[in-house]
Amino acid sequence: MSVLGFSAERASSDGRRAWWKHYGETLRYATHVIFRPFDGFWDLVHEKRGSLAAAHTFLFLFLLTYVLRLMCTNFQFISAPIQYINIYERAASLLLPFLVLCLANWALSTLFDGKGRFQDIYMAMCYALVPYILIQLPLILLSHVISYDEASYYQVLQSVSIVWSLFLAFVGLMQVHDYTPGKTIIFVFATVFGALVILFLVLVFFSLLSDAFGFFVSLYREIVFRLY
Amino acid sequence: MTVKRLSLWLAFCLAAALALQPLAAMAIEDGYSSTYTYNYDYWGDVRESPDAYRVDQVLYSQTLGLETPMRSPQSLFAQGNDLYVVDSGNNRILEIHREGNDYSLTRIIDHADGAEPATFNTPRDVAVDEEGNIYVADLNNHRVLMMDKDLQFIRSYEKPNDSTFDQALNFLPNKINVDSSGRVFVLATNVNKGLIKYEADGTFTGYIGANKVTYDLWDYIWKSFFTTKEQRAQQESFVPTEYENIYIDEGGFIYATNTVFSEYDLLYDVAKPIRRLNSIGNDILIKNDRYPPIGDLEWVEQSQNDGPSKFKDITVLDNDIYVAFDRTRGRVFGYDPQGIMLWAFGTKGNYEGAFQGAISIEHMGHDLYCLDENECSITVFTPTEYGNLIYQANDEYLKGDYDKSADTWRELLTMNANYNLAFIGIGRSLVRQEHYEEAMHYFEMAHDRENYGRAYRYYRKIAIERNIGWVVAVIVLLLAVPFAIGRARKMKEEVKHYERTGLLS
Repeated sequence: MSVLGFSAERASSDGRRAWWKHYGETLRYATHVIFRPFDGFWDLVHEKRGSLAAAHTFLFLFLLTYVLRLMCTNFQFISAPIQYINIYERAASLLLPFLVLCLANWALSTLFDGKGRFQDIYMAMCYALVPYILIQLPLILLSHVISYDEASYYQVLQSVSIVWSLFLAFVGLMQVHDYTPGKTIIFVFATVFGALVILFLVLVFFSLLSDAFGFFVSLYREIVFRLY
Repeated sequence: MTVKRLSLWLAFCLAAALALQPLAAMAIEDGYSSTYTYNYDYWGDVRESPDAYRVDQVLYSQTLGLETPMRSPQSLFAQGNDLYVVDSGNNRILEIHREGNDYSLTRIIDHADGAEPATFNTPRDVAVDEEGNIYVADLNNHRVLMMDKDLQFIRSYEKPNDSTFDQALNFLPNKINVDSSGRVFVLATNVNKGLIKYEADGTFTGYIGANKVTYDLWDYIWKSFFTTKEQRAQQESFVPTEYENIYIDEGGFIYATNTVFSEYDLLYDVAKPIRRLNSIGNDILIKNDRYPPIGDLEWVEQSQNDGPSKFKDITVLDNDIYVAFDRTRGRVFGYDPQGIMLWAFGTKGNYEGAFQGAISIEHMGHDLYCLDENECSITVFTPTEYGNLIYQANDEYLKGDYDKSADTWRELLTMNANYNLAFIGIGRSLVRQEHYEEAMHYFEMAHDRENYGRAYRYYRKIAIERNIGWVVAVIVLLLAVPFAIGRARKMKEEVKHYERTGLLS
């Protein structure tokens, strides 16, 4: 019993260690993806070199970076009205469009022989956020070291981080679905349109839901009113 | 026992509150609500401020001892200690003399001896040059009259006999101004080419400072390709708008206000409601603030009682601070030469310090005169201690007395801790005294990036120089440690290799 327990414990601790090792490797794989995107994104999905856990981590870090950037950058470079900012709201206003765009892309690409599953698309998009994290986090520190006259360095790095991430997202979509560049461009626009349709449906759904809910509430009130 | 004590305590509190209430009410009952004077902070939010100006007195027809009360007065002009009021509805001009704080009517000007016709017909504006010659914009007689100080007719400025002026139109002079060399600038209704300029001898020499024609690309495409010729003829063409009012400052620059624009243009500083025109008519107004000088930064929507500020008149104090008078909400806005709002005050209403029909503003020294055409009243504003401190600090700064100016700003901060200019002023003086870290703090309070960056560069330079040993040590460590680790690893491998094979690699 005790021996069995011990071995089971050791097995699970081995499994945990293996999981952490795999997690570490998939995290480190991001450096390969951002510098060799065509190769990297293909292997990420088709050779199982990435993990969802790493993707979640990158997404979380991305939201954290975005919020930290607003809160902690020196006022010379970003004038965010800190007194009015709700960081959860800001993070959600980035997270929701991200997820809706992934969903829209999945929904559309499934119809037009895209190879990627939702999980693959999500993972590729999360890995594409890595340059933003890697550049913006040090930029927050840099903003406290440079002065207003040197703002152009700051701005160049900032644009580099965004352009790089967008480029990676594009390549990621291309490799995940095994599309040609032209088809990917068309699908980028289609995805934005799809996201708008999803937004519209959600709004309609919630307004109908609140109407239905209101109906039952008033029904209940009416009954209570009649009974007493 | 305890209940009794509690009730006693409550009773005491109630009594105290009742006793203090008149005090609290007194603070407000001087007629100035806490939002009467305000300023905008960095975020464009209204910040209440102490009063920069308060009403000294209000001049009505009665207080001036007029037999026929004023009717729809249109304009003010101040020269020395004399104030001229254009009583348009009665076809006359009132000359008021100031003696200390007393104002008395000196004379009523209602004709020019020797002119044809001698009387005025709806005069709209008056100007007086340095020799005392009086100029009257005589709207419905289609002329600008010039007479000497004894009302002897000298000359009249008529419709320009020039091909650039549409001869079918009447000459309707609305606003006039005279510069120090006797040139006359006329703002005429229906003329959108700018100000009509006459030389001192009365000859017409052209227009200056026309508003630029504005239209957007979409308008252009629509009109060019999607409308027929007939439709185009019916639509209004792209024409420049007319100015609302003009003022010539000490340096001979013309300040002009403009009230025809779209709200969208205002916020992006395309509309330029206040302009400073140089001799070739270019706008050279300095705008160093985050927001352009457009009066109120927020409004509900365009309607009769709301919408953007519309400056009916503008006046420029001797220290280059310009003050504009807003018709929409009856407010007075003061800006410093850098285009930064110093204060704004006023409201709509029919009590002292409020306006129904804001139409004209003038100044004598630092005192302001605001004319209301509906109330037929002239409100005299004098600066408070707070207002005077602002002027004092500005003057000291312009004179180059930076440290003294900083002290004045410090005094001002005890009255209004939301005053950005004070923080900047103190910061500048601290930079001069080489207290960079403290200066950075003040600039950060005012969100002044450029000055902060400047102070920070000095601060950083000193900090690096002071800690040069540490900086070098850190850099050396950053380079040396990885190098040493790499070397150690390599040596270890060589040893292993030797142990395995007995060979030196």
